[in-house]
Amino acid sequence: MQTDALDGGFSDPPVQSSYAFRAALNAMARPGTIEEMVGGHAPEPLSQAAATLILTLCDHETPIYLAGEHDSPEIRQWIAFHTGTPIASRSEAMFALGTWDALGPIHDFPIGTAEYPDRSATLIVEVQSLEPSGAKLSGPGVKDVSFLNLPEVNAFAGNATLYPLGLDFFFTAGNHVAAIPRSTKVEAP
Amino acid sequence: MSDLSPNKQARQGWMSLLAKAPPRRVVDLFDAFGSPEFEWLRVPEIGSVMVRGRMGGTGSAFNLGEMSVTRCSVKLVSGEVGHAYVQGRDKAHAQSAALIDALMQTDRAPELRAKVLDPLSTEMAAAKRDRAQKAAATKVDFFTLVRGED
Repeated sequence: MQTDALDGGFSDPPVQSSYAFRAALNAMARPGTIEEMVGGHAPEPLSQAAATLILTLCDHETPIYLAGEHDSPEIRQWIAFHTGTPIASRSEAMFALGTWDALGPIHDFPIGTAEYPDRSATLIVEVQSLEPSGAKLSGPGVKDVSFLNLPEVNAFAGNATLYPLGLDFFFTAGNHVAAIPRSTKVEAP
Repeated sequence: MSDLSPNKQARQGWMSLLAKAPPRRVVDLFDAFGSPEFEWLRVPEIGSVMVRGRMGGTGSAFNLGEMSVTRCSVKLVSGEVGHAYVQGRDKAHAQSAALIDALMQTDRAPELRAKVLDPLSTEMAAAKRDRAQKAAATKVDFFTLVRGED
């Protein structure tokens, strides 16, 4: 029996998922801060932070879209065993996982409706590294300005103009996570 | 489930037996057998499932009610993976059932069958028969005498 898909879940789910949720919350509340996120281990090429985010945030009610190399049978099985999350198309997904190149263009993910702005997708973007430099971030949760090395600027600036609709982003690299909610204003450095 | 291979049918058989067996008996019998070393793939968690039925086995499905279920998954040091979904909220029951499922895939299976599974199925069959007999003793056969209407 192929058992890789069964390994890598939380060994102490209540405690580990609480820590991970707190880290995700902090990252989203203070755009640009880089938080540590550990606990989950999934098949390659999924990073530890992305695996932990999926274990923490996804369940059978939150369809996920897998983009590019992240759409492998091993990862599908891993997600199915550990979270029971259904795999969905771009337009029906509540979460999306992949590299920035594989996820783009981002305009066909749900951005919510005027009545229900929360019915939008959250993108988990796998990046090479997270550095507090590059694009300039400002807005709610940022005291003056903060910086984060984003893969590009225009897509995030465009997303912010949709507010209160729009997408939210997590960026994961290794065991670190950062986030940009739709309320954050992104400018070129 | 006729499309299952014989191996899967056999596994389905013991998983079904363990799921419905009295928790205390499963744990006692398995403790007597001796627990192997293992690691958790999924620690025991309690949830509820909707039990669905079909009237007469052929009608359209209806929701009978919810029942609590405990599930867990283990991996033995030798690599076999065992899963358990058992009725009730007893985590030790689920752990023993998952370990038995894993061990039944190893060469200790005949020993385990003789010491744990066979006694369990005998006891459960006896309990079922007892209950059926008790119920049968209270059965009332109604009959109507011909009424003299003419």
